[in-house]
Amino acid sequence: MDSVASGHAPIVTLTDAEKHFGPVRALDGVSLSIAPGECLGLVGHNGAGKSTLVNLVNGGLSPSGGQVAYPASAAADPLSAGVRSVFQELSLCPNLTVAENLRISHSNLSGLGWRRRARIEVSAALDRVFPGHGIDTDAEVDQLSLAERQMVEIAIGFAPRGSEVRLMILDEPTSSLDAGIAEQLLTHVREFCSAGGAVIFISHMLGEIFAAATRIVVMSDGKIVADQPVGNFTRQGLVDAMGHVTADRDPEAQSNGQILGEEILHTPEGLSARRGEIVGLSGLAGHGQAEALARLYLGATSSWRGGKSDMVFVAGDRGRDGLLPLWSILRNASISVLGQRGWFLDRPAESELGETWKTRIGIRTDNMDNPILSLSGGNQQKVLFARALASDAPIVIMDDPMRGVDVGTKRDVYDMIRAEAAQGRTFLWYSTETEEVCECDRVFVFRNGVISAELTGDDISEDRILEASFEMQDA
Amino acid sequence: MPTKYRILLPLISLVVLLAATFWMQPRTMSYFGVNLLFNLAVPIALATIAQMMIIMVNDIDLGMGAFVSLVACVTATFLHDTPILGMLMLIALILTYAGMGALIHRLELPAIVVTLGMSFVWGGLALFVLPSPGGAAPGWLRSLMTVKPAFVPMAVLAAVLISVITHMLIMRSGIGTVLRGVGGNARSVQRAGWSVIWLKALAYGLAGLFAVLAGMALVGLTTAADANIALRYTLLTIAGVILGGGEFIGGKVSPTGAVIGALTLTLASSFLNFMRLNPDWQIGAQGAILILVLTARLIFTRREART
Repeated sequence: MDSVASGHAPIVTLTDAEKHFGPVRALDGVSLSIAPGECLGLVGHNGAGKSTLVNLVNGGLSPSGGQVAYPASAAADPLSAGVRSVFQELSLCPNLTVAENLRISHSNLSGLGWRRRARIEVSAALDRVFPGHGIDTDAEVDQLSLAERQMVEIAIGFAPRGSEVRLMILDEPTSSLDAGIAEQLLTHVREFCSAGGAVIFISHMLGEIFAAATRIVVMSDGKIVADQPVGNFTRQGLVDAMGHVTADRDPEAQSNGQILGEEILHTPEGLSARRGEIVGLSGLAGHGQAEALARLYLGATSSWRGGKSDMVFVAGDRGRDGLLPLWSILRNASISVLGQRGWFLDRPAESELGETWKTRIGIRTDNMDNPILSLSGGNQQKVLFARALASDAPIVIMDDPMRGVDVGTKRDVYDMIRAEAAQGRTFLWYSTETEEVCECDRVFVFRNGVISAELTGDDISEDRILEASFEMQDA
Repeated sequence: MPTKYRILLPLISLVVLLAATFWMQPRTMSYFGVNLLFNLAVPIALATIAQMMIIMVNDIDLGMGAFVSLVACVTATFLHDTPILGMLMLIALILTYAGMGALIHRLELPAIVVTLGMSFVWGGLALFVLPSPGGAAPGWLRSLMTVKPAFVPMAVLAAVLISVITHMLIMRSGIGTVLRGVGGNARSVQRAGWSVIWLKALAYGLAGLFAVLAGMALVGLTTAADANIALRYTLLTIAGVILGGGEFIGGKVSPTGAVIGALTLTLASSFLNFMRLNPDWQIGAQGAILILVLTARLIFTRREART
């Protein structure tokens, strides 16, 4: 390959790269360079900055500070520098055939007979990466299984497409592949690197990282905390490097609410909760936690005839699942209890409820009749909490409710959850932040859509959660 | 259902309906009869293709009928009296459509609202151009629409021609594939380095082009125009796209299917005439035929999903 000829200049170099989203430092001064022939294993917990880093490299985001350069190709933009990505979420066009999908990312494919050439190119790429794949290049993508779609996506990523691939970014490429096919991919990655290409490999399967990577970079809180050749790591060492040092659990919090009631919830998947318990759902983002909660909640509340439900829901994605953006703060809070008594609204009771919760939860506004969007994100979230807690439902389901919420609000909400739990309410709490999960009485760790561990009491620690989130066995 | 089988159901519906019509009224089974059955389907087929371009990029056009009416009015007046000016006006209308697509994408407006709002603009302009029914078809257009080719009636030939040309454009060409990709997964098209705003403008521009052809074909057949001449096209074209195997979202469309859908809908109203159905009931009966076909499709897809 040509990249060998261009010497050992790194393909991409980041110098003190920073990326801020408002006050959040997603990437906090990262310097990294990737040379031809390297396969970089990138690991870290949720929000460690892996996707931000990758997005800076492939041009999806531009850095707030520092520099991203492509010395080997001297190109200005990542596309002509030969950087390509295969994303975790599937990014094929499901209505097009396999060959037609190649056309989307290969704009030189034109003129008469382009379909035939596309078929040849894509099936050659599939044969090279996944020998014996058995995928029909004329099949529409939505007729393929999830694994086949992922194979097509990877093959299109590695296909020549009229330019040279220098750096391939694979973000959880094996999440829906079985072990045999994943092994084919790892073999191809090794061959690709020994021919002078470079790969950034993100995976929650540590076995795959060890099998493919030549060098491992561990990220935590937007920084690189370890950057060593693969030989210097052991599996346990890697997990330890990912965790950041946090103080032990608040002893007070632990002593609270230890008198738990009877089991009031049990799902076939294995989720269970007792009265007055705070149950955490953890694991890497997108491993089925939100879906499990949604199934549970919708299953309990979607009956046409069913009367009042015993569950309420606190949304984390406020815009999508939570707010009624055109309504006042008061209406947003009182919607859960309104209209349950009679035909007409009880205005005085409503405003009394508003005042109660305004002081109890500390919503920062001078008038509850202001529009909900006049509040900051943290205060909007408080209103959603008030909406749920104002009802008398014994079970509260929370889908990552602290997303984008400032530290002060978090503290307030933690205390309130503790107080409510002590009075016998049960909380099911999915959070992407390990710190929050450590506040829980019991934690279920999810991996690939199923519960991989149930932790209680002193077992709830960042290390244990990390261990259960990452596949420790060989790929 | 893969694309190649998706065309079967619309085709079967058309054949069944055609057989029923021939059985009830054998005299339609002639060169003249077939042309009479289908000649009004030509503008509807063109307008259905236009609607399909919009549905292809996950939008919907509720101003199609008003727009085709406006084109008909311009054709019957300006294009007849001052051909150059008329031509320029029609080109300007196509460009306006492209601009509307870009605007809808840029400002993230719902297409359903913008096109509904624009339908009143088109309607107003049409009244302005032609306040009372009248006008005249340009001679060349009239003779084009009444041409009598050997063996195959004009309407059938036109339908085949439209479906072959749009099939090449949308299903076979590279740019057509990318346009369908916008409907399937706009983000991935954007990531691959395409400008989605230009692609949307292109899709809307193509819709404008085919809608202009529809309006011209309509005037060629009717020889005169009226500001309300094609208002029912809005719903007919949407029904035609869906009847032809298209789907509202996901970029799954079929140009051949859309043409067949337009033919089926036209034939349905003739069929109901032959049944001596009270005209008051015809719209309802047309709806019933539509529901019947869509139910059949749903049953097929469900069965497919289960296996």
